[in-house]
Amino acid sequence: MRELAAALAKEWLLQRRALAQLLAVLVFGATALLLFSFAVGPNYELLRGVAPGFLWLALLLSSTLTLAESFQAEMEHRALEGQLLLPASPAALYYAKALANWLQLTLLGVALVPLMVALYDATLPRPLALVAVIALGAAGLSAPGTLYAAMTHQARSRQTLLPLLLFPLVVPVLIAAVKATSLLMLGDPMAQIRSWILLLLAFDAIHWSLCGLLFGRVAEE
Amino acid sequence: MTTPDAIDARGLCRRYGRRWALVDVTFRVAPGASVMLAGRNGSGKSTLLRLLATAIRPDRGTASVLGHDLVAGREAVRRSTALLAHASYLYEALTALENLRIAARFLGRETSRAALLPLLAEVELAERADDAVATFSAGMRKRLALARALLQEGRVVLLDEPYGELDPPGFRLVDRLFGVFKAQGSTVLMATHLLDRGAALCDEGIVLEGGRLRWHGPARDLPARGGLDPASLPEGVA
Repeated sequence: MRELAAALAKEWLLQRRALAQLLAVLVFGATALLLFSFAVGPNYELLRGVAPGFLWLALLLSSTLTLAESFQAEMEHRALEGQLLLPASPAALYYAKALANWLQLTLLGVALVPLMVALYDATLPRPLALVAVIALGAAGLSAPGTLYAAMTHQARSRQTLLPLLLFPLVVPVLIAAVKATSLLMLGDPMAQIRSWILLLLAFDAIHWSLCGLLFGRVAEE
Repeated sequence: MTTPDAIDARGLCRRYGRRWALVDVTFRVAPGASVMLAGRNGSGKSTLLRLLATAIRPDRGTASVLGHDLVAGREAVRRSTALLAHASYLYEALTALENLRIAARFLGRETSRAALLPLLAEVELAERADDAVATFSAGMRKRLALARALLQEGRVVLLDEPYGELDPPGFRLVDRLFGVFKAQGSTVLMATHLLDRGAALCDEGIVLEGGRLRWHGPARDLPARGGLDPASLPEGVA
């Protein structure tokens, strides 16, 4: 626990200095949402129907920027290697990084919601439940995303490689999160949301456990 | 019960892709000894130090540090070694104090400003404690990396080109810190091209050439054997 606290404190310090990066990712996500709305046109009924999908697509695309950048500082002067040699536990380093990424993606998702409401004429009958769905979906993106970002960061074409590896893996997250968000926003007469939330929870549980175990192999040579 | 060697390397080999960086390197270092590693660029000095610090693994051969195997006892080796590497292991965006604080937290040491400022003073960086590393010169980064290595209090200290990028006062600082490590009873391996300086500080010398150990003996004999170019040592000198 001491090592996790140390790793979290490190992430806090790094994130405080990366506010400009957070803002840039937010602008990127907002731009994506805006462009998607242009593609659909001024059909409010259609816009309301596609809003959940486009919210998650914007978040998914933005997540590749957040995740790829999260290892920039670690690799610049081999700071990650320096911590492993102290020695710091790879699991602690992973969970702190994944938690930081999760928090960023959750905040980004929440920040995109008002824009989605404005652009897509969407309604929010249960805003707190939507925040919970965003948090669960963001957890599903950040757990494998953090691992893959560490794997691909040394690669020359990492900006391409990360989405290539990540997107196929997180298809279940995307489907479940879009479905759950749709049911929250458009109504859930058959009470289906529970099954989608369970799918998200199961995906999160598996990947948060598995990726923590695998990170040591990825981070060490 | 005998005290294990500080370092016991047997047939260490390491390759990068198809090129062998270290070939069959065998040597022993007694606890508390200080060893200068000499050799041309690309002779395998950094690779050897990184192997001993467990930053990389050997492809062949074995080695132990204070009796702990590099692979099987990796955690124990890491707890007892401190590596000053070519990479600074620092975060550009953070201040000098914050960088030390991160390492101190992982090591379970005191993280207060009062506890860490003396370390920065030791490397003459106390006045820049709150400045971001991004604003530091290469020499100042090296000083901060030295402070980080001091913080680790390793029983085996591995210094890779500690004089690199430093100014003359920085050279004297490294000499002084070398004395501190020795006074702590640490075993020190130092890779350097400054043979006279290294020979004055170290007990033993090792010369690597093309990844092979060419010579191992008293450090004072090294500069005398072939001047300042260890690669010019005659074949088979040992």
